[in-house]
Amino acid sequence: MTAGLAVALPDEAATRALGAALATALAPGDVIHLVGELGAGKTTLARGLVQALVPGARVRSPTYTLVEPYSTPAFDVLHLDLYRLAAPDELEALGIRERVGEAVIVAEWPERAAGALPEADLRIELRHASNGREARLLARGPRAAALLHALAGSVPQA
Amino acid sequence: MRVLGLETSCDETGVAVYDTAPGRGLLAHALHSQTALHLAYGGVVPELASRDHVERLVPLIRRTLDEAGLGVADLDGVAYTAGPGLVGALLVGAGLGRALAFALGKPAIGVHHMEGHLLAPLMEPDPPGPPFVALLVSGGHTMLLEVAAIGRYRLLGETLDDAAGEAFDKTAKLMGLPYPGGPAIARLAAGGRPDRFTFPRPMTDRPGLDFSFSGLKTQVLLAWQRHRDEPDAAADIARAFEEAATETLAIKCRRALAETGARTLVVAGGVGANRRLRERLASAARADGFRLAFPRPEFCTDNGAMIAFAGALRLAAGLADDAPLHVRARWPLESLPALPAG
Repeated sequence: MTAGLAVALPDEAATRALGAALATALAPGDVIHLVGELGAGKTTLARGLVQALVPGARVRSPTYTLVEPYSTPAFDVLHLDLYRLAAPDELEALGIRERVGEAVIVAEWPERAAGALPEADLRIELRHASNGREARLLARGPRAAALLHALAGSVPQA
Repeated sequence: MRVLGLETSCDETGVAVYDTAPGRGLLAHALHSQTALHLAYGGVVPELASRDHVERLVPLIRRTLDEAGLGVADLDGVAYTAGPGLVGALLVGAGLGRALAFALGKPAIGVHHMEGHLLAPLMEPDPPGPPFVALLVSGGHTMLLEVAAIGRYRLLGETLDDAAGEAFDKTAKLMGLPYPGGPAIARLAAGGRPDRFTFPRPMTDRPGLDFSFSGLKTQVLLAWQRHRDEPDAAADIARAFEEAATETLAIKCRRALAETGARTLVVAGGVGANRRLRERLASAARADGFRLAFPRPEFCTDNGAMIAFAGALRLAAGLADDAPLHVRARWPLESLPALPAG
């Protein structure tokens, strides 16, 4: 079962707000893929998501560290940037496998670890649009679809 | 005290011997860079990096000891980078360093990589002493620290998103320039016009010492998309980007000096090798009357000398680590113990 939603993101605050709106509905083990070019707003969306769960958290780009972990009372969030992986099996080196199913995984550049990274419950494609940016959200499974349905009432759609 | 230093936190394998005896200092150092290895990927590859360190480290130690005219038994201690960094890469240096020290019956210590960077200028002739403000600026970090004494560090500000070096790398990538991006942007910017494009100086319009370079990257992207087919667009954008990034760093450095009352600024990390940043800070130093200290350019980027030096200071002060091996992917600089007074 898949469902989709397109969201207009006129500015950075809107991108962060979308992340924050998603954060409220997350459950342990959820996997989010963030897809888009350099500067499309992937890290900004992740920042909104993490800061909604951990107020005041400094969400730095994981480009150089590859993974930045955050703890919330309910679950850990692992913010990944897989851009610099040369091959999917290098994901092993990051110690992600043992966290699958319990931590929330938010992965930028998931295509760099295709096959090794768990499938997305929610895939978010970000791109530049005529007025700022636009996000396309694709849900896999009934829970993620229900999440999109709830989200549709609270965000400006593209 | 002669200390062997091993640096393997990322993609450079660095080895050096530092002697704390008066008039001695750095005896020898050697470096193997993996930049060429990672060129194809536009960045560092963790597993490749670890494997390469395994191959390079022992030959580099032999070469460094030969250059210093020392045998391994002449060493009085071993220092290795214990973090922050890639855990697999760190473990190569830490495992070898600790095993060597154990075999020799000598003390060993895990060094904080960023302490190595911020003390690197103190290896130069006529070194500055604390208190000073340090700007650590590289691909993975952008932070301002107040250094009250060696080992007493207070974080004044840091990047909220991308590091300055990361902004250089990503800007280069956007414009199709080779990795590493810093030198590529600087070369291109040298032939660019400073007044054709103007990018914002992020977070300089409000108080505080934090940085943000992510928005600057977006501004570059938009300008590049709009003007890429025009003559000299790449050079002019590179120049405007370099102006914005280096002026932002310079503004925050002056602010940090004013807030702390320190009279010395120490700059370290890979972006510290950027010529435009050096020019700007030099003119600020003349205008404001502060002392500016850089390490020599080869010690701006990762190297073994800074680890040997920082480790030697700690070992000479009687600090050493117990046998268990600890490396840390993340490690707040402020959590380090200060050296005993005296």
